[in-house]
Order: sequence, then structure tokens, then C-alpha cells
Amino acid sequence: MIDTSSDPAVAMRGITKRFPGVLANDHIDFEVQAGEIHALLGENGAGKSTLMNILTGLYRADEGEIALHGRRVDIRSPRDAIALGIGMVHQHFMVVEPLTVAENIILGLNKPRFALNMKRAEEEIAALSQRYGLRVDPHAYIWQLSVGEQQRVEILKMLYRGADILILDEPTAVLTPQEAGELGRTLRHMAAEGKAVIFITHKLDEVAEFSDRVTVLRRGRVVATLPTAETTRSDLARLMVGREVLFRLEKEAVEPGETVLDVQGLRALGDKGLPALQGVSFQVRAGEILGIAGVAGNGQRELAEVLTGLRKASAGRVLVGGRDITNRSPRVVIDEGVAHVPGDRLGMGLVPDLAVSDNLILKSYRQPPFCGGFFLHRDSINEHADNLIAAYDIATPSPATPVKLLSGGNLQKCILAREITTGRGLLVAVHPTRGLDVGATEAVRRTLLEQRAAGMAILLISEDLDELLAISDRLAVIYEGRIMGVVDAASADLEEIGLMMAGTEVSTSNPKP
Amino acid sequence: MNMAMLVSILAVTVQAGTSLVFATIGEIYTERSGILNLGVEGMMLMGAVAAFAAAYHTGSVWLGVAAAMATGGVLALIHAFLTITLRTDQTVTGLALTIFGTGMTSFLGQRLGPAGKPLVGLIGPRFERLPLPGLSDIPFLGRALFRQDLLVYGMYLLVPLAWYYLYKTRPGLHLRAVGENPQTADAMGVSVSGIRYAYTVLGGMLVGLGGAHLSLAYTPGWTENLTGGRGWIVIALVIFATWDPLRAVVGAVLFGGVNAVQFRLQAAGTAIPPAFLGMMPYLFTILVLVVITWWEAFRKRVGAPAALGLPYAREEKG
Ligand SMILES: Nc1ncnc2c1ncn2[C@@H]1O[C@H](COP(=O)(O)OP(=O)(O)OP(=O)(O)O)[C@@H](O)[C@H]1O
Ligand SMILES: [Mg+2]
Repeated sequence: MIDTSSDPAVAMRGITKRFPGVLANDHIDFEVQAGEIHALLGENGAGKSTLMNILTGLYRADEGEIALHGRRVDIRSPRDAIALGIGMVHQHFMVVEPLTVAENIILGLNKPRFALNMKRAEEEIAALSQRYGLRVDPHAYIWQLSVGEQQRVEILKMLYRGADILILDEPTAVLTPQEAGELGRTLRHMAAEGKAVIFITHKLDEVAEFSDRVTVLRRGRVVATLPTAETTRSDLARLMVGREVLFRLEKEAVEPGETVLDVQGLRALGDKGLPALQGVSFQVRAGEILGIAGVAGNGQRELAEVLTGLRKASAGRVLVGGRDITNRSPRVVIDEGVAHVPGDRLGMGLVPDLAVSDNLILKSYRQPPFCGGFFLHRDSINEHADNLIAAYDIATPSPATPVKLLSGGNLQKCILAREITTGRGLLVAVHPTRGLDVGATEAVRRTLLEQRAAGMAILLISEDLDELLAISDRLAVIYEGRIMGVVDAASADLEEIGLMMAGTEVSTSNPKP
Repeated sequence: MNMAMLVSILAVTVQAGTSLVFATIGEIYTERSGILNLGVEGMMLMGAVAAFAAAYHTGSVWLGVAAAMATGGVLALIHAFLTITLRTDQTVTGLALTIFGTGMTSFLGQRLGPAGKPLVGLIGPRFERLPLPGLSDIPFLGRALFRQDLLVYGMYLLVPLAWYYLYKTRPGLHLRAVGENPQTADAMGVSVSGIRYAYTVLGGMLVGLGGAHLSLAYTPGWTENLTGGRGWIVIALVIFATWDPLRAVVGAVLFGGVNAVQFRLQAAGTAIPPAFLGMMPYLFTILVLVVITWWEAFRKRVGAPAALGLPYAREEKG
């Protein structure tokens, strides 16, 4: 299998990187062989992206050295890394939206000296995408592409430069299961050609399925490097988190109460002015989690936005606790006790530059004890922050730290803490565990189940079927802005759900009221 | 209105628009790299005074042009150093540059004449009209467009070149990428600050050139505040042009055209007070800007470079 006797394609030794207040990488030793797929695992904030950003020249290490194929190298900038054959698909995609696919792929090269020959580049790209099975139209503009397609562009970018060390930072976080499977095959293909592939993920199944070896980081240190075949899911989780992780959460039986959310014939337009919701109706009762399943872009985002007052409905009604909140302002919706955990954490959920403590009162700063008339009461704001940080186990250097410096899992804990303390009755959660590590995922899911037990009605919008099946009571499948059917989560048939997600109407085991 | 009058209005339009085209293309290039330089008015004034003073003392309009471009470039370099290296606020820095330029030119205008005397009122060398053989005999258009000075012909060449460079060349691609998404450009090995410096300085040079056209050709000579707010019009034209060099011409021609008509009316003598006529081009610019912004926003693409005005540092988060 992997030949560990020859010089490794990548050898990072004693890498240390400090950011103000954080030791992101602490004397890390990390090796990858040519021809292997090496998974890099670790909690949110463990330092995975930092380590890879050092390898690609985006960050400078404070200490340590790097050798490629046995030769010491000094990587001072991304330019150096590219010249050394290192390519990376970043956690947050690095694409220029108003440019075309081909322009993005040739960006930064000095091959055409002056005049661009797009025709030639487009032909080369088409050939390359043919060879690796990465379907994408070179003429298309990036903003026209789905996230899955954008990711193919990112991979083509590396391949076009002839990179032989490929790094993918959480490439599957935004992909459907089918797309993730395709990506796995592409990675195999590339490893078989002798490339070294480094693959960061939080999904332990993918580690088992695609990787040859796995390195686990915890708090900036390497805790183990193992052949994947010798590990199990729970071993890996334990190494990452430092404790046992429950994959199956206990879901206690809760007798659903009154209908809290009643959506009737809801219609709305999407950003491009096309119909995104075409007559959606469903109900959620107190103490119940209704999951909305579906492939991204079938109206989920618009649905959440209409329910929380952020988008106008063109027809239909939304009743919360019997009160009509259709097309009322977000302020009214908040006052009606609707909590919202948005999919875009830093964009919509938090104000990145504000302190953790301020973010925690974004929805209640108008009320006592946080303010009296005109002035804010710092003392009670800080006390509130201390309480929530303790209760929700939010890892932050201090309550005054700008929230943008927290890791993904802790961002989500901040939002949940705030929403749960201000919400009464209904919680709308969109992709609540996307990009989170196993420990944080467990914590978020447990919080949702606790709220269910406390009588909250929860609408859970997610693309992760496992998650939906694990914690929801009923499952509604959305396709092109219509609910294709509602099924009982306990007795759900995966095949049936798959069919509905692809647009087939199925007689539902739980008839629409 | 007869033919001769139309020809003359069109000719004056081109004359009046030339400095705007130079400066607008300059500012488009600067803003495309993500740097907002509100110092256009100041740089244009400094360019104009430098051009006239240099031409007056050396007798060469070309040395005047060189002095104007160098002055604009140096001022832009200061802006680049402050905003890119020291990461000062771009809006404030640009405004300061304009205030500096305005004050400095009024000072220099009093001192740069012979023996430390004022420049105001002096007559110096100027760009003469140079009808292009053949082309200038084309009826109507030829007479309006090709009986102009050399800087105008230079502008005719610059416009398509600027467009081609921006959209069809590798450095143009890099420029567009840096203004849209510096993180990505950096990760792809493009030098973000190198590009920002280069195009801020280039932009300043073109703005300076616009100033030179004012003091050496359009209204030869120096008077205080010679630009009459053209630098601000340029900022508006950049938006009007949606950061596209070809569209910049349309804007400059519209502004220059209203100016030319307004002059005609003044000369012909109407009941409208001259102060109001003088306002027309500016009112018109505001109107066009409002309409364009409304219309573009309606179609959801206003088209400003996404990173315009934002500093970039590689290891900074968020
Ligand atoms: N540019 C930066 N400035 C300041 N702190 C940073 C910066 N980049 C990362 N950090 C901090 O360094 C630590 C490691 O972050 P890193 O992004 O490497 O984590 P990660 O393992 O990739 O986590 P995730 O799974 O959430 O992506 C975190 O505490 C993070 O807040
Ligand atoms: Mg990361």
C-alpha cells in the first residue's frame, strides 16, 4: 500500500503558530506520502486549517520547518507554494464570483504572457474535467454555479497547475451525499496517479471510506497518526474530543402539545425573482421537531426567511401560536417569541466584530435588565454573558473577545444560547451542525432535544439525512418549493425519502392535515 | 440650429470631455484594484498647475504633460502608501488629498510665475489644433472629431486600449480579481499590494494628464480652482460607467455635451441667469447618477468591485 520508506511528499516538523491569545499549532509533526489520502481530523479550532495555510504560504509559521520529497523548502507566500506543486481547496471557497470558471482557473498563472487566449484555456480545462470526471462549464460565471460545481472549479484549479500535493479543507461540508461520494472517487483517482492528498473533514464515515491514514489534532497538537484500517469511528472521536462521544442520542418520548406553527399555502419569490416557495403548508406542534429534508436550493432558505420576517411572502399565511405574523417585520416576529438559528452564522447570525457578550444580547438589549431607557447596563450584560458561556460551554478567551475569532462550533453555541434564551414557543434552525466537529454536533443536537422536551416547537432545516432521522419526529421533504410528503421519522423509508427529494410525489405515511 | 453650430457643439463637447475621460479611466483602474481615491479633484488641480508652470518655463507642452503625470503619480503614491501600507481609511485619506491639492495649487499659482510672481493671467504654450489629414475632411463627424489637439487623439487611442487591457489581458484579469476578492487573488499567487500600488499610481498619472488637458488645451492658462469640481464629476462618472472604460466615454460626452450647450446658450444670451446655466452639467450629473443607480440596483448588479475601500492583510481573520 503506502510506501513509508521513501521520503515523504510532505514533512512538516515542529510547526508552531501563535495568534493573539491562541496557540493554534503547537510543535506539530505531520507527514504525508505520495499516493496516499491522508485524513486530518480534529475539533473546531484544533488548528487544522492553520496548519494547511502554513503549508500553502498563506500563514507564516513561528517555528518549524517543511520538507517536500526530502528537500527543505522555505514557503514565504502562496506563489512559492504553487511553484512547489501545492494546491489547496479552502474551507471558504477562494473564487472570484464575477469572473468565469476559466478565468478563475487561469488566475495567477503567468502562462499567457499578455493577451488572454480564453479559447485555448477553455479547451484545456474541458479536457482536464473530462479526465477527472469533474463536470463544469468553463464559460459559466461563478455566481451561476451551485456550491458543488464551485468546488469542482477549485479542484480543477489545483489540477490545472499540475499540483501533486492536494489539500482539501472540509470539502464535503456543503455537498450532498451523492456529490461527496463522487468527490471521494475523484480523490482516489488522483492518489492513484501518485499525488499526495490531504483531506480535512468532520465526518468520520468519510475518513473510513476514503483515507489511507489519519492524523488527529487536539488543541494544536498531534495526538495520533494511524492507518485508517486500524481505527474505528469511536476511537477517532475519542482521540479528537478526549472523551466518549455519543453517536446515538437518547430521544425521550414527548407527547406533542398544541399547534405552535401553522403554515398555510405559503408562496414567495427567491433572490432572482423566480418562485421559490409554491404553496407550502405544514404544522409544528409544541414538543415536536419537524425536519425539512431536501437538496439545497429547493426553497429551504426562503422558507426560513419568510418564517422569521426576513422575506416577503407573496401569498399564504404564517400563524405562530394562533397569531398571524405573515409579512410582519423581524422585530414583531422576534417579539412573538420566534427564535432563528440561521444557516449563515457570521453573516446573519452574529455581528463578527462585536464582543461575545454583545452578540448574546442582540435580541434582548432593548429590555431590562440590559438597558434602562437610553443606557445599556454593562454589569448585567456581562453577568448574562458569563452565565451563558458557562451554561453552553462556549470556548472563548473572554466575553469581550470579538465573536469572529471563535471557532465554528463556538459560534453556533453562541447563537443557540441567545436564541434559546429569547425564544418562546418556536425555533427555526437551519443547518445547525454544518461544519461542526463531532463533539459540538452532539452538543447542538442535545440542546435541540432538550428544548423539544421543554415544549418548544422546532423546525429543523438540514441537508444531513442522518441528522434529520436522528432527532426529528416527523420529516417533510421539500422539492422545488413544494412539500412532496410528510413521513414519520421513526418508520421512515430511506428510499421513499430519496425519491421525494428527487421530485416524486409519494403517498405519505402521515397524511397532510 | 444649423449644421455648423452642431459641429461646433460636438467639437466643444469632445474638448470638454477629454480631461474627464482621462481622469475617469484613471480612477476606474484605481478602484478596480480595490482602492478608492477621492483625491481626484486635488490631483487634477495639481496636474493642471504643474503642467502649465512647466510648459510656461520650458516652452514645451510635452514637458508640461510629463510634469502633470509625475505630479499626479506622486500624489497617488502618497495615497497608496497611506492606505495600503499604513492601512489608513481610504475615504478620509482621499478627502485629505483633495484638500491638500486645492490649497497647494492656490499657493503655487501665486508663486510659480516668473520671479516668484503669480501664474494667473499668463499666456503660455498650448496644444494647438491639428486637423488630421483626410479624416478631418469627413463631413460633420470628421470636422468635429478630427480637428482637435494631440491629447484628444491620445484619448481616442486610450479608451479602446484601456478596455482591452482590462478585459482581455492577463494583467487586466489580475487587476479585476484583486478588486473583487483579494484573499483569492493572494491565494492564487497574485501580489495584492503590488497591484494596488501600481494601479493607484497609474490612476493618479491619468488624472494628472486630465489636469494637463485643462490647462494646456481646453482652457489654456491657470486660474485658481481651474477644474471647477471636475474631480468630483469623475467620481460620479466612475459609478455611472459601472467601472467600465467604454462606458466612461458615454458619461464624459454627456457631461461635456451639456457643458457645450450651456456655453452656447450663454453666448447667445438667454433669460436664464448664467449661474443657473453653469449649474446645468452638475445637476445633470446628479440626475443621471440617480437614474442609473436606481435602474442598475433594480437589476441587482451595481457592479462596484466587491473589495472597494477594504484594506487587505493576509493573516487577518474575518
Ligand atoms: N487569522 C487568524 N487570526 C486569529 N486567530 C486565528 C486566525 N486563524 C485561526 N485562528 C485561531 O486559531 C485556532 C485554530 O483555528 P483553525 O481555523 O486552524 O481551526 P480548525 O481546526 O480549522 O477548525 P474548524 O474545524 O472549525 O475549521 C482557533 O482558535 C482560531 O480562532
Ligand atoms: Mg478549518
